[in-house]
Amino acid sequence: MLGRTLREVSVALKQGQITPTELCRKCLSVIQKTKFLNAYITVSYEVALKQAEESEKRYKKGQSLGELDGIPVAVKDNFSTAGIETTCASNMLKGYIPPFNATVVQKLLDQGAVLMGKTNLDEFAMGSGSTDGAFGPVKNPWSYSKQYREQRRLRSPGERRGADEDWLIAGGSSGGSAAAVAAATCFAALGSDTGGSTRNPAAHCGLVGFKPSYGLVSRYGLIPLVNSMDVPGILTRCVDDAATVLGVLAGHDPKDSTTVQDPVKPFVLPSLTDVSKLCVGIPKEYLVPELSSEVRSLWSKAAGLFESAGAKVIDVSLPHTSYSIVCYHVLCTSEVASNMARFDGLEYGHRCDINESTEAMYAATRREGFNDVVRGRILSGNFFLLKENYENYFIKAQKVRRLIANDFVNVFNSGVDVVLTPTTLSEAVPFLEFIKEDNRTRSAQDDIFTQAANMAGVPAVSVPAGLSPQGLPIGLQFIAPAFGDQKLLTVAKWFEKQIQFPVTQLQELTEDCPSGFENDNSASVFLKQC
Amino acid sequence: MWARAVWLAFRSGLGGCQAFSTKANFQGSGPITVEVIEHLERLALVDFGSREAVARLEKAIAFADRLRAVDTDGVEPMESVLEDRCLYLRSDKVAEGNCAEELLQNSHQVVEEYFVAPPGNISLPTLGEQERTLPTQLSSYSGKGVSCEHMKAQ
Repeated sequence: MLGRTLREVSVALKQGQITPTELCRKCLSVIQKTKFLNAYITVSYEVALKQAEESEKRYKKGQSLGELDGIPVAVKDNFSTAGIETTCASNMLKGYIPPFNATVVQKLLDQGAVLMGKTNLDEFAMGSGSTDGAFGPVKNPWSYSKQYREQRRLRSPGERRGADEDWLIAGGSSGGSAAAVAAATCFAALGSDTGGSTRNPAAHCGLVGFKPSYGLVSRYGLIPLVNSMDVPGILTRCVDDAATVLGVLAGHDPKDSTTVQDPVKPFVLPSLTDVSKLCVGIPKEYLVPELSSEVRSLWSKAAGLFESAGAKVIDVSLPHTSYSIVCYHVLCTSEVASNMARFDGLEYGHRCDINESTEAMYAATRREGFNDVVRGRILSGNFFLLKENYENYFIKAQKVRRLIANDFVNVFNSGVDVVLTPTTLSEAVPFLEFIKEDNRTRSAQDDIFTQAANMAGVPAVSVPAGLSPQGLPIGLQFIAPAFGDQKLLTVAKWFEKQIQFPVTQLQELTEDCPSGFENDNSASVFLKQC
Repeated sequence: MWARAVWLAFRSGLGGCQAFSTKANFQGSGPITVEVIEHLERLALVDFGSREAVARLEKAIAFADRLRAVDTDGVEPMESVLEDRCLYLRSDKVAEGNCAEELLQNSHQVVEEYFVAPPGNISLPTLGEQERTLPTQLSSYSGKGVSCEHMKAQ
C-alpha cells in the first residue's frame, strides 16, 4: 500500500480498503524505521493521528473532502506550521513555533491531508546536498538499495567498509522531503525551489520534482530566501500526483501579492497519445564537459524517444546559459542579505546572552544562530550591495537576468513547446565525496541546469528517466513557458509512461521487512532493482 | 571569541591597513581591505570569523566578476518576472489582527506588550576596540543617548 501513488491510495481510502488511521500508523511506523535517513526534523505524531481520525470520520459519512483527504504528506521545515516547530534547520530558529500556517500548508490541511512532520533541509535552504543543516545531513534512501550495495562490493572487493560509510547525499536543499517520499513515509511532500532545490533532490531520489511558475503558488509562510525566485515545490512519485497537489495549491492568495490573479481551476492531465505536434528543444549550451556520460546518454535517449514517437526535436540555443549561474549567485546572495536581516533575536528565534547594546546583541545572536554558509552569503550579498558595487554587480546581474529570461522567451516563441535538459550533472554522489568542496562551489556546480528556470520564473519538472549502471536514479528536466504548467505536466506524463520508472519496488521497503530493519549495519532497506 | 583573538594576532603581526588576500591574481576589484571587512561586518552584523571566510568572499567576488564579460548595453534591469502585471493591492479594511499575545510568546524577553532590547545608539566595537575590556568601554556611554535602563531584562 505504501508504495502506491497518491491517487491509488486515495481510491483505496474511498473504497474502504484501508482507513486513514491505519494508513497514518503505517507511515509513522516507517518513519520510525527509517530514522537513520534523518529525513525528518519534527515528526508530528499526535497531530497526524488526530487529523487521520477526523478524516476517517469524514470517510465514514461519505463526506471526504477530495483526493487528498487522509493522505499523509510531509512539509519542508522552512514552511511555517502553526503550533509545530519550524526551524529551517538552523540554530537561529530552534524552538520557534509559528503562530500561523503557510498558505500552502493551510490549503493541504483544508483538503484533509495528514501532516506527518517537517522535513530536513540545508540551513535556510542554502545548499545542494541537504548536508549543511543544524540537524545533520539527509541520507539518500537509494544508498541502501540492494543493487547499489552489490555494485560497491563488486567494484572494491578487498575493501572492508563500514556498512554506512559510503551513503549518498539526497540532493538539496529539499533533501528531507525527497527522502521522505522515496522512503514511502508519505505520498507527497512540499519543498521549496529557488535554484533547483526541489528538482535536484527529486532527480537523486528517483521522484518527480515540480517547480511551478513563479506567481502561481503562494509564498506566504515560506520563510524567504530570494523573494523574486522562490516557489513552493512539489515532490511526488508520479506526475499525476504532482498535478493533483498543484490543483490544490495553485491560485491567487490575497496574503501574497506576488501571486497572479488569473483564475485557476484544478485540472486532470490528459493522457497524450499523439506527440506529432509537439516540438521539443534541446539547448546546446547545456552539453557541458562536466556532464557525466550516464546522464548524457539518458538525455540523448530521451530525445530519441520523442523523435521516434513523431515529435519534432530540434537544437535550440540559450546563449547566456554560462552566465546564468553567476547571475544567480549575485542576485541570490543580495536578496539573502536583505532577507536574513530580520533575524536579530528580538521578536523570535534564538537570542544570545549579551545585553550591553543592541548591535552587540544582534551580532552575537547572528553569529551563534547562523552557520558559515548563511553568514558567507550574507556577507557576499552585502558586498554586492555596497554603494560602490551596486551598479557593477547587482544592477548588472539584474540586466543579465533579463537576457536570460529573454533567451527562454525567444526559444518558446520560435515554436518550441518544451525544452528538455538534464537535471543534475551526475547521479547522487557519496557524502564523503560531496563535502570535499565547499557549499558555494557545490551549489555553483549542481544548480547549473536548474536555476535558469528560477531566474526566468518558468515552470520546470524533473522526471526520473532511468537508473545509472550503479543502480541510482537519474532525472531529466522539462521546462515550459511561464504559466504553461499544465502543458508541461502533460508532456512529462507522456514521458513518464514511456520510461516506466519502477515505482512499486518501494513496497518491499515496508511490507517485506515488517520487523523493521536493523538501523545500522547492512541496513536491510531493500529497494528491488528494476 | 577565539576566532577574533587569532584574527587580532594576525593583524597586529602585519600592522596597519594591510590588505588580506590569499591570491592577488583575480581580476576586478582587487583584494579586500580591512576597511571593507569592518564595513561589511558592521552592515551585516555578522562576522567573518576566520581567514577562510574572507578567502571565500574573495572567491565569490572573483566568480561574480565574470559578469563583466556580458554586454548589457541598452538592457533594463529586471526586478521581477511579473513586471508586466500590476501588483495586487487589497482594500484598506482591517481583516485580522489582535494577536499581540501570540506574537509576544515567541520572544525571549518581553515586558507587558513590549519587546525588550538592550540599549541602542552604541556602535558595534570595531576589531581594534575589542581589545579593550568591554565594561570599561561601555560605562562611558551610560549617560548618553537613549537610556533603556528601565527596560532592561528582569
